[in-house]
Amino acid sequence: MSARGLWFTRHRRDLIAGIDLDVHAREIVTLIGPNGAGKTTLVKLMLGIEKPDRGELYRPTSTLIGYVPQRFDIERAIPMTVARFLALGHGASDDEIAAALAEVGAARTVDQQLSQLSGGETQRVLIARALLRRPNLLVLDEPARGVDYVGEADLYDLIGSLRDRRGLGVLLVSHDLHVVMAKSDRVICINGHVCCSGKPEAVAQHAEYARLFGPRAAGALAVYTHHHDHQHDLSGAPSPVTQTSGLDVDGRSHP
Amino acid sequence: MIEWPEPFVLRALVAGLVLAVVAAPLGCIVLWRRMAYVGETLAQSSLLGVAFGMALNVDLTLSVIIAAVLAALVLIWFGQQKLLALDSVLGLMHHAALAMGVIAITLLKGPAIDLMGFLFGDVFAVTSDDMIWVVVGGSLVFAATLALWRSLVRVSLHEDLATAEGIDPRLTRGAFDILLAITIAVSMKIVGILLVMAFLIVPAVAARPLASTPERMAIIAAVVAMVGVVGGLLLSLMVDVPGGPSIVLTMCALAVISLMAAGTRSR
Repeated sequence: MSARGLWFTRHRRDLIAGIDLDVHAREIVTLIGPNGAGKTTLVKLMLGIEKPDRGELYRPTSTLIGYVPQRFDIERAIPMTVARFLALGHGASDDEIAAALAEVGAARTVDQQLSQLSGGETQRVLIARALLRRPNLLVLDEPARGVDYVGEADLYDLIGSLRDRRGLGVLLVSHDLHVVMAKSDRVICINGHVCCSGKPEAVAQHAEYARLFGPRAAGALAVYTHHHDHQHDLSGAPSPVTQTSGLDVDGRSHP
Repeated sequence: MIEWPEPFVLRALVAGLVLAVVAAPLGCIVLWRRMAYVGETLAQSSLLGVAFGMALNVDLTLSVIIAAVLAALVLIWFGQQKLLALDSVLGLMHHAALAMGVIAITLLKGPAIDLMGFLFGDVFAVTSDDMIWVVVGGSLVFAATLALWRSLVRVSLHEDLATAEGIDPRLTRGAFDILLAITIAVSMKIVGILLVMAFLIVPAVAARPLASTPERMAIIAAVVAMVGVVGGLLLSLMVDVPGGPSIVLTMCALAVISLMAAGTRSR
């Protein structure tokens, strides 16, 4: 799936200013960026929830997206068991539901109320729901937000193993500028536009992570150190002339 | 002592029970989507429908339905523009409609007109013509609610998720607003403009702690509403008090019991 030159303007602010984005099969792409950088907006454009003001979306008909939204937006006033939630919309059978929950490691939540699950459990149930659509692209909006570090590492493990097992493409929005999934094939930092992109940084930071969060976390988390090499003016657009030394990790130049 | 029901009692009972079942699932959705204020505005706008019906000398139920649906269309339109917050529009429309309705009716019929019947309902004055509206209108709304139910639940639960999965949220919300307007307009006969939203919401409030899925909540709400109708009519006949408020008060008592039971259980 590709996007070319996306623009999205609201209240005279360019929330998305000319972004290109590709997600290939079996590829894990992580989006990072400061608050208000347009990460969620970009995801909504990719999903067709919002329409871009300019730009092209190219989505092959064979691409079926499984969307894992931010769990905080689920309406808790509605009584809803996990089983009912998973059946709602796709008409999945009990067996399919049990299999999907087992695959994400949340089998025992099946009869629980959605509103009583922990953050990590809710996230897994949302992933199970997305899997029931048999997607080949999984889009996750800040799956680890409000989940502790161990839970975050576990979630990234799960997403990585789903990619490996099912051959899914993954587009993941990370809530944390500094911590991304080590298995990410590409990390894209956006702030209205694409600031930089490349492979997540390797071993040194891994070692640092192993020290901080234990060896288990090191396999799934990476520190992606990232330095802004240009200033932003008030509208969020990059100033034309700043340092031009900006080659990122995999050698791509900046816009 | 209550005799074997007179025809007017029987009509009140049947109309009340039918509307209880039709309104219950809609009341659940109003509760989930926190739309009580929208409902109130639709209800108070229907008083203008009464005035227009009197002025043009057409069937009052029909003119009330038209007024409520028009109000719903106005709200749908306001909901889609970004200049004014919907709450500001509701705050204005809600009371303006009530004030205009009272003035229009008084101008048309003079101060002698009994506004009480419109404001609080007159369940024992339901005519056989009204019964046709209740049964036909109620069945249509109920059928439409069933057809839209899954979409409505999904949009209420998580609008973006529903949209990403191919549901049109605007269409779903718009259809719901119109179903709500029709239900309010028809139920107004029984419980009146000022209490009609309680008729929808209170059974849903009572059902919430007892339900584990949205479907069960709707069914329990319908049962609570039916018990409320029967209990309220009995209360009304025995103590000789107005029917609409009696029904709503019975529903509220059931809701209080349900919430208190849930409170003790979770302790």
